[in-house]
Amino acid sequence: MRANFVASEVSSGIRRNLTMTMAVVITVAVSLGLFGASMLVRAQVSTMKDFWYDKVEVSIFLCGKGSDTPSCAGGPVTGAQRDQIKADLESLKPLVDSVYYESQAEAFARFSEQFKNSPIIDNVKPTALPESFRVKLSDPTKYDVVASAFAGRPGIEQVNDQRKILDKFFQLLGGLQLIALLIALSMLVVTVLLIVNTMRVAAFSRRRETSIMRLVGASNFYIQLPFLLEAAVAAGIGAILAVVGLVFVKIIVIDQVLAPSFQFTAFVGWDAVLAIAPLMILVGVGLAAIAAFFTLRKYLRV
Amino acid sequence: MILFDRVTKLYANQEHPALDEVSLEIEKGEFVFLVGPSGSGKSTFLRLVLREERPTQGQVWVAGKELNRLSNWKIPALRRQIGTVFQDFRLLPNKSVAENVAFALEVIGKPASHIRKVVPEVLEVVGLEGKEERRPDELSGGEQQRVAIARAFVNRPILLIADEPTGNLDPGTSVGIMKLLDRINQLGTTVVMSTHDQAIVDQMRRRVIELEGGHVVRDQSRGVYGYAR
Repeated sequence: MRANFVASEVSSGIRRNLTMTMAVVITVAVSLGLFGASMLVRAQVSTMKDFWYDKVEVSIFLCGKGSDTPSCAGGPVTGAQRDQIKADLESLKPLVDSVYYESQAEAFARFSEQFKNSPIIDNVKPTALPESFRVKLSDPTKYDVVASAFAGRPGIEQVNDQRKILDKFFQLLGGLQLIALLIALSMLVVTVLLIVNTMRVAAFSRRRETSIMRLVGASNFYIQLPFLLEAAVAAGIGAILAVVGLVFVKIIVIDQVLAPSFQFTAFVGWDAVLAIAPLMILVGVGLAAIAAFFTLRKYLRV
Repeated sequence: MILFDRVTKLYANQEHPALDEVSLEIEKGEFVFLVGPSGSGKSTFLRLVLREERPTQGQVWVAGKELNRLSNWKIPALRRQIGTVFQDFRLLPNKSVAENVAFALEVIGKPASHIRKVVPEVLEVVGLEGKEERRPDELSGGEQQRVAIARAFVNRPILLIADEPTGNLDPGTSVGIMKLLDRINQLGTTVVMSTHDQAIVDQMRRRVIELEGGHVVRDQSRGVYGYAR
């Protein structure tokens, strides 16, 4: 194998076919970029799930003065009821990780803190907010066990699972990720088709060389290798551009724009980027090689 | 060297076969003219020898191998033993004379040291010393054909196929090319040449195989181009 010869064939092939090669590079970069972005959203969703599921609580709101649900017919929660609920919660260990009682005063303090810049605070009396138990579960998916045990019990107004609110949000993100993935997949198909056509044009523009190579007895491998390498180089450059784009998104969009603005949540770390990047390169080069291989079998036979 | 055993070649969508039960043998070291009108089957004959086509029926033997039974990956090895020259030269316009010849060796993976040694040698054989760095478009037709012959001969093939090599050349230049092919034949390479050039065939007095409508109508040692026509 003459490496020099093959290298010069590849570079002359790319130069001769520059516009098509550029089209391949850009298409590969865009489609792999989308693919990487959808992977990143996925990683983000799982990061946020880890972050939030760790923090979510089941809130058991107790009956107050104005409560009008059937379970509150007996008026505000009594001290005995409250103690019984707490004891029952404690008995659910180890599913119940910890129980925290929030009094009306504490609830008001927290509310005031959350809405300190809002005029709404002037209209809310400390007694308007219900007292509650904040229950942290060791396995947040087992919310139903707690809900069925406590919902509708006298003295309890409502059992709330914060996870439900989060799940809606995660579903939205999951949907976005699915759309991005679908667009990425269709772009990848476009990429394959473009590479196939590029190889056809390249094979046509080099038909003199290849016909001579066939006549003097060059092996199939030798005839096809420059074309395969050309496709792989173009796809490789496209993949590298896509990875650069991914790193750019991580540094600029996530670390410098999103993370400072939304400090209440966690964002994907470099480990996710590091896991996605090789996958993108692998998919890109693999696609190009497969596309080229099938084209060559069709158009560059001995 | 070449043996055709009742070879028939029928192209798809064609009523009459290009070759019809052709049987003939060409010995090692022979110089054979293949003559006949256009469409008589000369090109098909040569393409079968190069295994660019497969026969519809019958067997083609080249260099001791039955080409129907030759697997695809062995075709390059067969073609490395055969040199080919065409009417239209088929040189690479962006490569110099020496590069054109070297190309044939590079693509079969010969080492650079070998190429540096044999390319000047073969260019001397064909009479192109001193023109190594010229481009094909700076050469006359005869010189371009010499480059093509050098490329076909550089790997010292046992068989040289020439498809109307003088078809694009004037008579004076053709004589030079024929002398060169004759010399290559003297060096031990079997030469099979298709031609329409009556003067050359009459002058060389070598074996003549005449094809017409896919049949061998004449096979003469020391023959001439044709009977009175």
